[in-house]
Amino acid sequence: MGIKQQANWSPYDNNGGTCVAIAGVDYCVIAADTRMSTGYNILTRDYSKICKLADKCLMASSGFQADVKALQKVLSARHLIYQHQHNKQMSCPAMAQLLSNTLYYKRFFPYYAFNVLGGLDNEGKGCVFTYDAVGSYERVGYSTQGSGSTLIMPVLDNKLKSPSPLLLPAKDAVTPLSESEAVDLVKDVFASAVERDIYSGDKLEIVVVKADGIRREYLEMRKD
Amino acid sequence: MNSIDATIAEKGLMSSEMGSERTLYPYVTGTSVIGIKYKDGILMAADMGGSYGSTLRYKSVERLKPIGKHSLIGASGEISDFQEILRYLDELILYDNMWDDGNSLGPKEVHNYLTRVMYNRRNKFNPLWNSLVLGGVKNGQKYLGTVSMIGVHFEDNHIATGFGNHLARPILRKEWHENLSFEDGVKLLEKCMRVLLYRDRSAVNKLQIAKITEEGVTISQPYSLKTFWGFSAFQNPTKGAEGSW
Amino acid sequence: MFRNQYDTDVTTWSPAGRLFQVEYAMEAVKQGSAAIGLRSKTHAVLASVNKANSELSSHQKKIFKIDDHIGIAIAGLTADGRVLSRYLRSECINYSFTYESPLPVGRLVVQLADKAQVCTQRSWKRPYGVGLLVAGLDESGAHLYYNCPSGNYFEYQAFAIGSRSQAAKTYLERKFETFMDSSREELIKDALFAIKETLQGEKLTNSICTVAVVGVGEPFHVMDQKTVQEVIDSLEITEERADQGAAMQEDRSPETAPMDI
Repeated sequence: MGIKQQANWSPYDNNGGTCVAIAGVDYCVIAADTRMSTGYNILTRDYSKICKLADKCLMASSGFQADVKALQKVLSARHLIYQHQHNKQMSCPAMAQLLSNTLYYKRFFPYYAFNVLGGLDNEGKGCVFTYDAVGSYERVGYSTQGSGSTLIMPVLDNKLKSPSPLLLPAKDAVTPLSESEAVDLVKDVFASAVERDIYSGDKLEIVVVKADGIRREYLEMRKD
Repeated sequence: MNSIDATIAEKGLMSSEMGSERTLYPYVTGTSVIGIKYKDGILMAADMGGSYGSTLRYKSVERLKPIGKHSLIGASGEISDFQEILRYLDELILYDNMWDDGNSLGPKEVHNYLTRVMYNRRNKFNPLWNSLVLGGVKNGQKYLGTVSMIGVHFEDNHIATGFGNHLARPILRKEWHENLSFEDGVKLLEKCMRVLLYRDRSAVNKLQIAKITEEGVTISQPYSLKTFWGFSAFQNPTKGAEGSW
Repeated sequence: MFRNQYDTDVTTWSPAGRLFQVEYAMEAVKQGSAAIGLRSKTHAVLASVNKANSELSSHQKKIFKIDDHIGIAIAGLTADGRVLSRYLRSECINYSFTYESPLPVGRLVVQLADKAQVCTQRSWKRPYGVGLLVAGLDESGAHLYYNCPSGNYFEYQAFAIGSRSQAAKTYLERKFETFMDSSREELIKDALFAIKETLQGEKLTNSICTVAVVGVGEPFHVMDQKTVQEVIDSLEITEERADQGAAMQEDRSPETAPMDI
C-alpha cells in the first residue's frame, strides 16, 4: 500500500541512428542517417548526426541525443580554446585523443554516445577513428557505429578487406577505393541497413572531406 | 510496520532518496501540447486539464505562456515543475530586460537555455518532469523546438508531445504545409485536439490556442470543441461484444 | 619618492577624494604604445603600434581575438591584458554554450568593468594596469568601448589610448562625424592615419602596426601584414596630394591629466 508501482526513471534514452566513415588516400567519407527516434516513435526525420569539429575533422554520433549534443558542445568549446592558444585548427588525430579523454572523463556516468570521427590527418591522408561509449578508440580504415552497425560492418569488412592490424610492419589502413566508389558503397550499405533497422532511415547525409574542402550530399531513404 | 518503513526495508536506496527531494514520479500532470509553424509565425494548442494520476484534479490549468517578447512556451508533464520553469524564465527575461541595451533573447536562445536546464537536472538525477514546446519569431525567423525531461531536443515544422506524438503528428505530417494561413492552422490544430480528446483519456474539452508572430503573443480564451458522440456504436458499447467477459 | 601619504594602499582615500593607486594604474595605460579603435554602423577597426623593447626582441602582441564577433586592443601592462583577454574569451564561450548565440558586446564590457572595479576596492588586490579597447558586433550593430583600470567604461565612435594617443585623438575628433557611414576600407585608412599621428614623424610601415577588423559578415580577424602595407602605400599617395594643398595641421598638445576615475 502506498508504494508506487512505476518503472524506475532512467536518465538515458536510445535515439537510434547509424554512422559510417571510410578513409581513402586523400579523402574521408562520413555518413549518417537523419532519423531521430525513441522506441517505436519517430521524433523527427531531419536531425543531423554529423558535427563539424574542425576544418578537417567531423564526428558522426548515435546513441542518446542529449548526451551526443553535450559531447559536441564540449568538444566545440575545447576546440575554440585550442584555437585561441595555438592559432590553428586542431588536427584530426589530436581531436581523436581529445574525444577519447572527454568520453573517459565520464567513465562512471558515461555519455551514451557511439562515435566515429573522420577527417584528414596531418599528411592529408584520410583517417577514421572509432570509439566505444567510455573512450577506448582505434584508428581504422573504415568503421560504423549505431543501431544499424551490426548490419553494415560485415558488408564493409567483405568489400574493403583492410589489412590485418596484426601485420608487422603495420600496413596503412586506408581503403583502396576511389572517392566515388566509397560514396556509392556508403549509399548501398545504408539502403540495405534501412530495410531492417527501424531506428535508421528517412534521409542519408554524406560528407566528403578533402584537402580543398568539404562537400555535402543528401539521399532520401525509407521513411517507414 | 507502516508503508514507509516497509519501503525503506525493501530498498536500501530509498533512505537516501527520502532525505533529499527529487521527482521520482509526477503528481499533477498536463497531457499533450501541439505546436506548428504557419505563414506568419507559430501556433500552439493545449487543453487545460490537470490530472492527478487518473483523477481529473484541475480544469483550468494554463499550459501556454508567453516568454518575453519573442517566445511562447507550452508544457506537458508535471505542472509544478512547469511553474518552477516559468519562474526561472521570468528571472531570465527580467535580467535580460534590465540590460536595456537593445539586445534580447529570442526563441532559439530560450530553447537552448531550457535544454541546458533540463539536461543539467537529469545529470543530477533530479529531472524536471516535463516535455516542453518552445515557439517564437524573431527578426523574421520562425522557431519551433522541443525538449524532454532528459534533455532530448530538436526543431521541426510541427511538434507534439506525449499522446500527441502518436495521434496528432501523423495528421500533421499529412496536412501541414509551409503556407498555412492562421485560419487553416487553427483548423488543423483543432482537428488534432479533437482526435486527442476522443482517444486520450486525460484530455479535456477545454483548450487554449496561442499565436506568436513578429507582433507578439496572443493566447485565446478557453473554449471547447464541437464533438459528436451519437454514433450508434457509442449508444451501446457492449453490443456485439456480448459474452466476451 | 611617494607623491603623498595617501597612495600606499589602493583602498585609501586622499582628503581630496582621490584614489592615487587607481590613478597610477591609469598612468600605466599611457606608458604603453598606442592603440586606437573606430567604428561605423557595420564595422569596427582596431589598430595598434608595435614597439619592440629592444633591437634584439620582437614586439608584444597587442590585439587579441576574443570571439568571432569581438576583439580587443590593449595598452599598458600586456601581461594583465592577456589575463583579461583569457577572462573575456571564457565568458564568450560560456555564453554561447548556454544560448548558442554570441554574447552582446556591451554586456561583456560591463562584466569586464565590474571585474576591474573589484580590484579598486580590495586591500589585497592591485588594479589591472591595462586599458582595453573592445570592438565588437551584436544585433544593435558595431560597437567600440574603452575599459580602464578604474572600472570605468565608455562607449566611443572612435578612441585612442597609450603613449602619444592625444595626437591620434585629435585626428579622430576632427573626422569622427563621417565614420558612422564609412565603408570598411575608409575605416581602415582612418585607423592607419590615426596611428601615423602617434608616431611623431616616424615612418609608418606594416612592421610597426597591427590592424584588425570585425563587421557584418566578417568575423574578427587581424589583417595580414601584406594587405596592411598595401593600404599604407595607397594612403601615402593620397597624402602627398593633400600636402600640396594646405600644410598638415599639427596639434601636439601635452598629455592631459588622468581621465575621471
